[in-house]
Amino acid sequence: MKFSEQWLREWVSPQLDTQAVADQITMAGLEVDAVEPVAASFSAVVVAEVLTRESHPNADKLNVCTVDDGSGSSVQVVCGAPNVDAGQKVPFARVGGVLPGDFKIKKAKLRGVESQGMICSASELGLEEDTSSGILELPIEAPVGMDFREYMHLNDMTIEVDLTPNRGDCLSIKGMAREVGVLNRLTLTEPEALTVPAEIDDTFAVDLEAPEQCPRYLGRVITNVNTGAETPLWMVERLRRSGIRAIDPVVDITNYVMLELGQPMHAFDRENLSGGIVVRMAHPGETLTLLDGQEIALRPETLVIADQAGPLAMAGIMGGELSGVSETTRTIFLEAAFFSPVAIAGQARSYGLHTDASHRFERGVDPELTPLAIERATSLLMEICGGQAGPVVEAKSEAAMPTTKHITLRAERLEKALSKRLASDDVSDILKRLGFSVTESEGNWLVQVPSWRFDVSIEEDLIEEVARIHGYNNLPVRRPAARLSLRPTDEATLSLGRLRRQMVARGFQEAITYSFVAPELQSAMLPDAVSPVLANPISADMSVMRASLMPGLVRAMEHNLNRQQSRVRLFETGLVFNGELDALSQVPMMGALVCGSRDPEGWSGAKVGVDFYDLKGDLESLLTLGGNRDAWRFEPAEHPALHPGQSAQVLFEGKPAGWIGTLHPQVRATLGLKVDAVVFEVRLDHLSQGCVPAFEPLSRFPEVRRDLAFTLPSERPVQTLLDCAQVKAGEYLKDITLFDVYAGKGVAEGYKSIALGLTWQHPSRTLNDEEINQLVESIVAQVQAELGAELRG
Amino acid sequence: MDHLPALVSEARDAIQAAQSVAALDEVRVRYLGKKGEMTTLLKGLGKLSAEERPAAGERINQAKQTLAGEIDTKRQQLESEALEARLAAERIDVTLPGRTQSAGGLHPVTRTLERIEGLFTRIGYDVAVGPEIEDDYHNFEALNIPSHHPARGMADTFYFDATRLLRTHTSPVQVRTMKSTEPPIRIVCPGRVYRSDSDLTHTPMFHQVEGLLVDEDISFADLKGTIEDFLQAFFERDDLSVRFRPSYFPFTEPSAEVDIQCVMCSGEGCRVCSHSGWLEVMGCGMVHPEVFRHSGIDAERFTGFAFGMGAERLAMLRYGVNDLRLFFENDLRFLRQFA
Repeated sequence: MKFSEQWLREWVSPQLDTQAVADQITMAGLEVDAVEPVAASFSAVVVAEVLTRESHPNADKLNVCTVDDGSGSSVQVVCGAPNVDAGQKVPFARVGGVLPGDFKIKKAKLRGVESQGMICSASELGLEEDTSSGILELPIEAPVGMDFREYMHLNDMTIEVDLTPNRGDCLSIKGMAREVGVLNRLTLTEPEALTVPAEIDDTFAVDLEAPEQCPRYLGRVITNVNTGAETPLWMVERLRRSGIRAIDPVVDITNYVMLELGQPMHAFDRENLSGGIVVRMAHPGETLTLLDGQEIALRPETLVIADQAGPLAMAGIMGGELSGVSETTRTIFLEAAFFSPVAIAGQARSYGLHTDASHRFERGVDPELTPLAIERATSLLMEICGGQAGPVVEAKSEAAMPTTKHITLRAERLEKALSKRLASDDVSDILKRLGFSVTESEGNWLVQVPSWRFDVSIEEDLIEEVARIHGYNNLPVRRPAARLSLRPTDEATLSLGRLRRQMVARGFQEAITYSFVAPELQSAMLPDAVSPVLANPISADMSVMRASLMPGLVRAMEHNLNRQQSRVRLFETGLVFNGELDALSQVPMMGALVCGSRDPEGWSGAKVGVDFYDLKGDLESLLTLGGNRDAWRFEPAEHPALHPGQSAQVLFEGKPAGWIGTLHPQVRATLGLKVDAVVFEVRLDHLSQGCVPAFEPLSRFPEVRRDLAFTLPSERPVQTLLDCAQVKAGEYLKDITLFDVYAGKGVAEGYKSIALGLTWQHPSRTLNDEEINQLVESIVAQVQAELGAELRG
Repeated sequence: MDHLPALVSEARDAIQAAQSVAALDEVRVRYLGKKGEMTTLLKGLGKLSAEERPAAGERINQAKQTLAGEIDTKRQQLESEALEARLAAERIDVTLPGRTQSAGGLHPVTRTLERIEGLFTRIGYDVAVGPEIEDDYHNFEALNIPSHHPARGMADTFYFDATRLLRTHTSPVQVRTMKSTEPPIRIVCPGRVYRSDSDLTHTPMFHQVEGLLVDEDISFADLKGTIEDFLQAFFERDDLSVRFRPSYFPFTEPSAEVDIQCVMCSGEGCRVCSHSGWLEVMGCGMVHPEVFRHSGIDAERFTGFAFGMGAERLAMLRYGVNDLRLFFENDLRFLRQFA
């Protein structure tokens, strides 16, 4: 809502400057977004009369005029506007004046003719953006010599209020003035409510077929209307200061009444109506060409204003092109209706429309406003365009009208809610000024809600009204008191913070990437992934929910590689989305990506690139954090985004819990990545599943260690050897360490040498060589039988 | 016997001449060892008369002790020289950088979320999280935002179909918690939220922390105190001015927007606060009875407050970040500044 301060002050004028008024209404919950002068600054512009106009002797498009600017002598001025003419009153900038944009008016010679000043257009004075409309013609009664700013009341500010959707009642000068009145305890000066008696008998029937949606409809026929009349400048200016462009007098008047009182109105050309108005739901298949020229296929849940021939307007949203008022209109049918907010809400948006009318109706327009509005519009119309008014025809469904709401505000509840006891009289006064009817009863307030307050229906709403007007910042402050009760805490669970910090300790930066990704990227990495697709994405490359953290991390890596950051270590935690909407899983994951050198650039050691085992080590450090390392396994497996020979599925308690691997060269090529990268992605819920430590007594007896080297067929995973050895090593095996892997000279082609260190210890005695030898023999035998592995000599 | 002085003198020269502990040891053996010259002298005492023997023995033993003392002194000298030499040889440049992996860092948004969570969990709030693909009911309906409500136009929602959407706030987590928990409830809900908005000051995804406290006898004053304390603690400014402006959210009544004195200019007026001296940082209010009704909580018995804030906005103000979009570019040069 944007309005002129002067207009507001006609209704209510507190002894406060503009900024103070703006601050006051902001602090009452009507947030002022901007306070701006209604016109740019300019000086020495006066009302002048054009006395003569002649064509410029040396230029086709210029005129030479003399004007009376009230200075006593006439002034010669060259003017380029085609619409300038003798007898006009115009804004005239005298020599020495300054126009917006710091444009100084000087004596000049234009094609040999002297010019002393300038006749101004609205755009030159910063009053209009349209630069094509020629000089601004003022009403003939404008007093010559008067300062133009004063004449136009330009020393005014526009106040723009960003209203919350509950405060539809403030979408008018009347509504804003009511609030300002309450805040300053002032009564309002309303414009005189003139009723225009019917001079003629013409009426047009109105039938409410959809009373729930439209409980009240007032109409009036006005004949002999001069639609060619000029909208008075004061009205054009007020509309402009509210951000509405003047169009023609009838539309301007309906807009003016809407701004003044809050009632959106519509005017039809009576000649284009047939048979009577019917307010009904649209019929299937009906279409309507709107005022803006677009043709709309109406849906049956849309309320329309129709006549015998079909829909004329989308009720409360926009009128139709054919039934609208034009230059040839002589008889108009004026509408002031109450449409129920529920009937209008969402309708405009569903057609991609948003109008001043729909904005108001969906928030709620006072149903009692219609008679006032139609009289106000009629009187303005007759004042400006002339004509004879018929009687007001009203169709109303009492049953469907909003019921008057009664609420009890309990003193005790109010005090508890605010931790403050307010004086009973103050509470009553606040509510009454806001328009509520208040009866005090046993210390409580029985409150009747005014028809314009759609947002007030329960006790809490009244509490807010009282608190708001009293001032939130005048209310007390305290801290909530609570019982100190301990809550059970699961010691085994690792916090997300702990896991993140482990990654940070291992040199990773945390990334946060968008949860939606480009479909091409996702399908390049995960061709089989099914994840929800946004119906209204912000752009195509943000349209698919990520089924994995990998695509986002790859994009983040690219971003950095393109900025000379060659060593990238990133991790991210967040949800991944898999499956159709009806069988959707949203699982929190931890993902990581590395590329570039293993170590930060430095003076020590060889410069080697990261590989699978580097990242696996990082992942394993997470797996050991909670003391639950044994629950995890890595199994060779293929993943479309990963190198088939360098990828593993990560299992938690035997169930798939993630992946680790080097990016597939093909995927790299498809995505145009210049470097190799290793990634992992593991379920966070399992990563956080640790154990509570369980103590085992320390043995006082010596450990026995045996180192065994096996030649294992190359294709056999080492894990099989470890598993095999583990099984046969007996219950006193304390530890098994893999301390060497070798292939090459000395090891047969197709084999690799694996060296294991096995450590045994008995809790209560010394193990003897014989039993260890037996265990070793059974390991060797089993490994040979199961895996074809031989003990190296 | 007569050559004892000469022998002592010769031994002394040998001790002084020794260049190493090993050489010194040889000297010791040669003179003082079992077969050493001094020992031999002692053995030769038998040839002397009984009268001469004690005095001669005394002299030889004295000479032995003197030599042993000198050898010890020399040994200490040699050992300390050897240590000096070794230490000198082993000197390294301790100003060379260390060899370990350098540490990474948390994302500034995580850092901010953790800080906010920490302030609240320390006084007894729990952290609650929930799904990001939500349904209409939890994101709107249960929060007193029916389908025709104009407030649906307030947040531009990403939809999947008629009822499934990306949550526009973390309030659905509050709903889920209230449905499953008996008051008293004290939670903070951090997480990703989505709105279909993208320009200089909006990203289609951002992070929120919402808080909820439900108990008997909770008033607007408790809300004011909690918010004021939080903002002053978050910015570590005891004197930070906080003001409450009436506002509107369908799920709270009364509702308020919270402004703080601009932390960039201390309220003087600057570009960041649009020269108003105030920054809008969060929204809050008393839980609407309709929300309680949806969650099965008795609104006569219990009252509560809720609040919500944008993590990126707070991070920008706290760390002076001037471009929202940096948070999601994951540029290492940006991220490393928050390590």
